[in-house]
Amino acid sequence: MSDQKPTHKLGEHPDWAPPSITIGAVGWVRANMLSSPLNIFLTLLCGYLIYLSVPPVVQWAFLDADWFGTNRDDCSREGACWIYIGFWFKQIMYGRYPDTEVWRINFAYALLVVAAIPLFVPSFRWKGWLSVFLLIGYPIIAFYLFVGGSFGMEHVETPLWGGLFLTLVISVLGIVASLPIGIVLALGRRSDMPVVKAICIGFIEFWRGIPLITVLFMSSVMFPLFLPEGMHFDKLIRALIGVMLFSAAYMAEVVRGGLQAIPKGQTEAAEALGLSYWKTMNLVIMPQALKLVIPGIVNTFIGLFKDTTLVLIIGLFDLLGMIQLVGTNPDWLGFHIEGYVFAAFVFWCFCFSMSRYSQHLEKKLHTGH
Amino acid sequence: MSEIAIQAPTKEMTVTDDVMINMIGVHKWYGEFHVLKDINLTVHKGERIVICGPSGSGKSTMIRCINRLEEHQQGQIIVEGTELTGDLKHVEQIRKEVGMVFQHFNLFPHLSILDNLTLAPIWVRKMPKKEAEEVAMNLLERVKIPEQAKKYPGQLSGGQQQRVAIARSLCMNPKVMLFDEPTSALDPEMIKEVLDVMVELAEEGMTMMCVTHEMGFAKTVANRVIFMDEGQIIEENEPNEFFNNPQNDRTKLFLSQILSH
Ligand SMILES: Nc1ncnc2c1ncn2[C@@H]1O[C@H](COP(=O)(O)OP(=O)(O)OP(=O)(O)O)[C@@H](O)[C@H]1O
Ligand SMILES: [Mg+2]
Repeated sequence: MSDQKPTHKLGEHPDWAPPSITIGAVGWVRANMLSSPLNIFLTLLCGYLIYLSVPPVVQWAFLDADWFGTNRDDCSREGACWIYIGFWFKQIMYGRYPDTEVWRINFAYALLVVAAIPLFVPSFRWKGWLSVFLLIGYPIIAFYLFVGGSFGMEHVETPLWGGLFLTLVISVLGIVASLPIGIVLALGRRSDMPVVKAICIGFIEFWRGIPLITVLFMSSVMFPLFLPEGMHFDKLIRALIGVMLFSAAYMAEVVRGGLQAIPKGQTEAAEALGLSYWKTMNLVIMPQALKLVIPGIVNTFIGLFKDTTLVLIIGLFDLLGMIQLVGTNPDWLGFHIEGYVFAAFVFWCFCFSMSRYSQHLEKKLHTGH
Repeated sequence: MSEIAIQAPTKEMTVTDDVMINMIGVHKWYGEFHVLKDINLTVHKGERIVICGPSGSGKSTMIRCINRLEEHQQGQIIVEGTELTGDLKHVEQIRKEVGMVFQHFNLFPHLSILDNLTLAPIWVRKMPKKEAEEVAMNLLERVKIPEQAKKYPGQLSGGQQQRVAIARSLCMNPKVMLFDEPTSALDPEMIKEVLDVMVELAEEGMTMMCVTHEMGFAKTVANRVIFMDEGQIIEENEPNEFFNNPQNDRTKLFLSQILSH
């Protein structure tokens, strides 16, 4: 180093590029994969495991797989037979919803996508109104579309609902309802009013203390016993209410964690400015608390999304239930693996999207403190 | 504590006879612990009162009772003719008229500086957004940081944050300002910029109650200094007398301690 002559005047050192060994792909590999003997060993071990496991999976799922055909005779049985999924696709997506009415579901999906897109456009000015529409207007429209029986649309009973459609109905309603109920419960649990506090604690601890399966069984078996003779209460609605309250209890504790992390000075400053309790919560405390617990909220959402598969045990056929059902068809025995892999793939796509969106949201809301 | 040079007030600061705050026989307990003992204090419009005393003497508790961040259990507190009781209407009414500045600023970190300032005017005073932003910009101008309006609190220095906090209170156009050790979380060079803003506020005739150990500020700006110890007001006097001729032994001890630092 000392024999290198300075090529600049004192105080006018030019910017140099960093040594190539610390940046770029080479730098990354050195820092993350080869930084110590143990690290080198682990890198090699992982490489070997990947070599063992990935090629056969790729072989089965893509290279040897059958993609085109109309019945099981088109399956070569050397790899996966995706014809099976294609054959039952309608059932897996919509359950036993009548063929002629499936457009109503597709229309509702399309409406949701079209209505939600402007929310992601930063310059769109009516986000508030659009959110109101999505939270209140859209569910009403979707309800009439799905149930039918009015506007000249045929009535479709809920036992015919199924597949991914049913999974989405249960999980979206559960997700959308659990957050506000959870927020109210969390606030109630921190309330100064003893009665409110006791009710909220009781509610949360009750629902958190029992398994979701039990909740679903109670909703489908026990609940009707308490209803007056002849009164009918849709099974899907009962399950929905169970799922909502169950996840609301979890959500309440996640939100409470966030509330706990907000310094007392924030409430004091807001109150000193004359803001009422609800305005303080809505404008100052909740925005901060919810931002802090985005990972926890999304975690609960993802858990709820996957837990909806449990409705199978009360005779509702969601995505997984439908896949299991078609797997028992005598013409198509022996394709369970394809079915489960496909189910896993669909669930993974939804959960991963939620996870990515939450990371995006965290970045966007970060204001440098 | 070293004394920070304060710009001398240029205007005559006048005190009127109108009573702004009246505390009559106020007591407060935290559980068994008697924090405030028989506090009697009348603050007139235009007064600048500095409150000092050892740590734990109840200074914060006393001024926090005035906008009911703490509840007193005995006695009366009357602000601008409205008595503080359990009635939430009264509490909200008084909080609108009483501004408060905290030791740790307590800005809202999720809102920009401008939104911090306009939040209360818009939601409490129901001021149109445009107008609230104009008022806010004027006040940021006054505390000399209009260029920071679009930033977030986390991006500002402590002194800047405290000036924003003062501007945020002023946005509600309060009749009284309470300060709870507004400079004690700041580095010396930032203390001055905050004190300068407070001096200007005093010159404009704002009624102020300030818990502080900045004796330079007390000498130049205050018209009364109050000494508290163990939940009681031990001594109160105009600043010259207070510093040069303290009557009570505890005051003497306290002054010798903070001035020798
Ligand atoms: N929420 C509380 N619960 C119980 N005791 C409290 C509470 N807040 C304050 N105290 C006690 O009341 C006393 C007075 O507190 P206060 O904050 O008013 O003192 P202070 O004069 O402002 O002191 P400092 O100069 O340290 O800020 C202290 O002894 C403190 O420990
Ligand atoms: Mg204090």
